[in-house]
Amino acid sequence: MKVSMLQKISLAALASAGALILSAGSAFAADAPKIDSGDTAWMITSSALVLLMTVPGVACFYGGLVRKKNVLDTMAQSFGTTALVTVLWMVVGYSLAFKTNSDASVNQFIGDLSYLFLKPMTLTSVSGTIPESVFMFFQMTFAIITPALISGALADRMKFSAFLWFMGLWLIFVYAPIAHWVWGGGWLMTAGALDFAGGSVVHLNCGTAALVTCLVLGKRIGLGTENMAPHNLTLSVIGASLLWVGWFGFNAGSAVAANFNAGMAAAATQIATGAASLSWMFVEWLIAKKPSILGMTSGAVAGLVAITPASGFVDPTGALIIGLAAGVVCYTSSVWVKKWLGYDDALDAWGVHGVGGALGALLTGVFASNAINSAAHGWLIDGNAHQMVLQLEDVGATFVYSGIVTFIILKLIDWTIGLRVSPEVEVEGLDINLHGETVR
Amino acid sequence: MKLIMAIIKPFKLDEVREALSGLGVQGMTVTEVKGYGRQKGHTEIYRGAEYAVNFLPKLKIEIAVKSEVADAVIDAVASKAKTGQIGDGKIFVTALSHVVRIRTGETDGDAL
Repeated sequence: MKVSMLQKISLAALASAGALILSAGSAFAADAPKIDSGDTAWMITSSALVLLMTVPGVACFYGGLVRKKNVLDTMAQSFGTTALVTVLWMVVGYSLAFKTNSDASVNQFIGDLSYLFLKPMTLTSVSGTIPESVFMFFQMTFAIITPALISGALADRMKFSAFLWFMGLWLIFVYAPIAHWVWGGGWLMTAGALDFAGGSVVHLNCGTAALVTCLVLGKRIGLGTENMAPHNLTLSVIGASLLWVGWFGFNAGSAVAANFNAGMAAAATQIATGAASLSWMFVEWLIAKKPSILGMTSGAVAGLVAITPASGFVDPTGALIIGLAAGVVCYTSSVWVKKWLGYDDALDAWGVHGVGGALGALLTGVFASNAINSAAHGWLIDGNAHQMVLQLEDVGATFVYSGIVTFIILKLIDWTIGLRVSPEVEVEGLDINLHGETVR
Repeated sequence: MKLIMAIIKPFKLDEVREALSGLGVQGMTVTEVKGYGRQKGHTEIYRGAEYAVNFLPKLKIEIAVKSEVADAVIDAVASKAKTGQIGDGKIFVTALSHVVRIRTGETDGDAL
């Protein structure tokens, strides 16, 4: 991702320098800006794959994990977020996250409003080697899944109206700035922090918001005394499998081209996911005496999360180690740390995405290899210990900013329209009370 | 006439049904049920969260027979549904006062 953004910036610089590109290009260059058809085809495919991760991926994964009385509300959260963020991204999100602010100091933190309603984007606008329409759509699918993942922590107890306000405000005030810091030319990108596909921007960010949300909301009624077992693990297995498949658009697509980096990112993603699924399964087998399918799928998601920032920067061995670590660490955070600290992260959005994202961001600094990506100088292979400082800054800044602003947004919603459903609604179920529908 | 109601382990259904066919039993009703007895329940664990499941899935079979074959039917169910493990189930026998076959209007012994 970072590499492609650099390419994009350098291309823009060349273009603004005048007729340099045109004179250097072929005779056809005068007609329309050049795009690469292979890259374009892959990026449209990738965008659709990333969309597949949210609907139906997250919708099914989370939907199966909740109780039957709340499955439709949980799926409505994924579906509603998809629709809402699509419109908000078109109106203002893309501009704030990816456009360069003319004030260089402001640009360290946020883009500008020059692309409101995407007005300046034309048929032939180009971003790197692909149409800007495709780049905008690709980034839109990331902006969709990030807030949608938070719904795992607030399941079973949040008002749908409050949820929609939360998603919209969070996109604009949390996601857009952090995406700008790391991918849109902001301070972390300038400093050289490595995040190929969104370990901190997407996963640590949504995971932190998830942790804050479940702390602000409080525990579900009946936690610890009532049976809150998943109502349909078949649905969850399908959802997790769709996440796995769609993730190749997420990680390999983040090369923003069909090239060597995309290929290695795809390979690293597959290797880390397999390793993480096994490591979670074996730890659980050892401790809880049975290898559960929920454990295998949770491990796979943990591996996908942890390899996200590293894919495109690490070799297959690095991917294997990151995957093995992700399974064990995310098992520990979701099973033991949660129980120990007592917060009710219903579907482990923090335990898997937050912890896995932070772990992946740090291990990216450890295993990034200049031989895999010319933009990277990692610690272990390239001897660049300073990269670890940058990765820690990346993790720390994301955690602190996301945590604080998420808290403010939630408090504002709580003071105005209220966050949580009434105990009566919560016990009876959100589907029938909030949506007027039930699953029989 | 007797109504024999048995709660059995689900995987024993086929053996019980075959044995009853061999005795000339003409029909039975099977229902999926949940319940507990001395077996109590079991524990399910999801990502470390443990839930006690108090009601276990069983099958309830109901057979209406003439009094003279009741003992043979009870013996057949008892022997075929038995594993020797806790949770094998129970057989309840009640007197049956009246039976009607809806299609023909036949009653009692003729309706069985």
